[in-house]
Amino acid sequence: MSKTEDLDAYGSPVNDPNSKIGTNTPSSPEGGEAYASGSQFKLILQTFFENKLAIVGVGLVVIAAIFCFIGPLFYHTNQVATTYNITAAPGGHHPLGTDQNGYDVLGRLMIGGQSSLEIGFSVAIIATFIGVLWGAIAGFVGGIVDTIMMRIVDTLLSIPTLLLLIFLASVFKPTLKLLIIVISAVSWLSPARLVRGEALTLRVRDYVKAVRVMGGGSRRIVVRHIIPNAIGTIVVNATFQIADAILIMATLSYLGLGLPPPAANWGSMLSDGVNYVYDGYWWLIYPAGFAIILTVVAFNLIGDAIRDSLEVRLQKR
Amino acid sequence: MIAFLVRRIGQSIVVLIGVSIIAFILEHLLPGGPAKAIIGPRATPIQIAAFNHQNGLDKPVVVQYFVYMWHLLQGNLGRSYKLNQTVNSILIRTVPESILLVGSALVFSLIIAIPIGIYQAVKRNGIFDYTATSISFLLYSMPSFWLGIILILFLAVNVHFLPAEAPQGANLGAILAHPSGLVLPILTLTLVSYASFSRYMRSSAIEALAQDWIRTAKAKGLSQRTILFKHMLRNALIPIATLVGLSLPSLITAGVITESVFNFPGTGFVFINAANTEDYSLLLGIIIFVGVLTVVGNLIADIAYAVLDPRVRYR
Repeated sequence: MSKTEDLDAYGSPVNDPNSKIGTNTPSSPEGGEAYASGSQFKLILQTFFENKLAIVGVGLVVIAAIFCFIGPLFYHTNQVATTYNITAAPGGHHPLGTDQNGYDVLGRLMIGGQSSLEIGFSVAIIATFIGVLWGAIAGFVGGIVDTIMMRIVDTLLSIPTLLLLIFLASVFKPTLKLLIIVISAVSWLSPARLVRGEALTLRVRDYVKAVRVMGGGSRRIVVRHIIPNAIGTIVVNATFQIADAILIMATLSYLGLGLPPPAANWGSMLSDGVNYVYDGYWWLIYPAGFAIILTVVAFNLIGDAIRDSLEVRLQKR
Repeated sequence: MIAFLVRRIGQSIVVLIGVSIIAFILEHLLPGGPAKAIIGPRATPIQIAAFNHQNGLDKPVVVQYFVYMWHLLQGNLGRSYKLNQTVNSILIRTVPESILLVGSALVFSLIIAIPIGIYQAVKRNGIFDYTATSISFLLYSMPSFWLGIILILFLAVNVHFLPAEAPQGANLGAILAHPSGLVLPILTLTLVSYASFSRYMRSSAIEALAQDWIRTAKAKGLSQRTILFKHMLRNALIPIATLVGLSLPSLITAGVITESVFNFPGTGFVFINAANTEDYSLLLGIIIFVGVLTVVGNLIADIAYAVLDPRVRYR
């Protein structure tokens, strides 16, 4: 046990790449099956929305979602056939100009945003699901199982994610689904570590012992007690995962290993725009860049705010 | 201390074996196996069979792994058949360049992040703190390649102040002969790593300031300066040793991207080119090299941590 707990010393929130500004990730509520009453959840929500930055974050995400998914219904553009009207300056029919293939940049921003957001959310969900199960089982079972499971995580963590992704993306010609799977496959490690840390502290709590005494099985303890009580850490990490996945996707596309055309995402738009850096075609570089930054900032703000409100809730109890 | 060292080195060896297994699996994940990757996509089954027989690829997987491991232990990282060079010779040529880039960015970002982080912690929730937090938040949310492009746009295209591309040269000397070309790549990477270091530095300093010994020092009537530099700084810097070790993977990642943005002739640039030319043996060789580097870096950081802070050894 001491052998495995040592490792936690390095995986503590201070060193964790996913812990953003502020101090430790709060541990979860103490008590039986979490959120039996709605009042706790209400309190979290209330504190969350008292945070102005949280509202900015939520607002930005809502705007981004409306822009990408509802925008194309009102703003019709041709994003399939190329035209000769290439790299036209903003104005007239094209508020943000056209790109090197004659596609309308504003319309492309909407279409590209769809795949960026889809990838962000899907990766966050899949990676969190795998990571939570992995970490909860490792932390709860402990012993040799824990050691083996966490050594696997350590091994994967020691190869930089992007290098692994670049290798996989150059071997398997990417499709949207494949990219989601591949990015998830390298993103579940940090939730696994975080949840394992939580599980280690939760499994010795009195209410877990009580469940045992009452004859509850291991599966019930993990699913009904350990995971719900670690939900704060999990949700915060999932929010950051969305931001990270969007950035990773953009970087892969920039390096030419993203989705092949005519598929678009904000990263591939930037990648194409970079060829025109010297020509002064700012509309090929700024809009997509700002779209990425605003979305990522938004998710990071939300993640920080959720963590803060969980901390406040713990203080108020 | 010896028990700690033995345990920690043992863990590292296990992880290193894990890295070699992953690389081995990745190699066998290639469609058509290593043979097709080396002799080309149009190889006939007979050629592949002959190649497999020559190179022992028709032996049981376990035997193959041990042969592979034997080569690795001798320091043989494989051969790039596209460039017709050994991976080792490519690394020897390009690693010094990458160390120049990543190393100087690491040093600069720490020089900036440590004083700013401490000042933020001392004057918490002031205007300076909010400004610095917002800037690092923004830098953190920015794709690093976009930051590089924007710097090129402002400092190389709009104002012809600095070259947009890193100096091209076959060795370190040739690159250092044109230092102006190094400014933008190093600046980009410095800003990227500053963004993550400053967050930790601030919270680490806040944590150190909240400790009992700081209160005691204050109660003894020590001056603010003595408290900050004698009591707080040393304790706040300890986690930074581990942080530098742990951020090796992300530093290397950011380095790869920066090298690709500025055509910086380092290992990362070679890696991206290898990905685009499907030079799998070179990709895998570099991946193993970086994996080993990360594991060893983490090990050194942990040992440094234990030396600096005896409490760690007994936890």
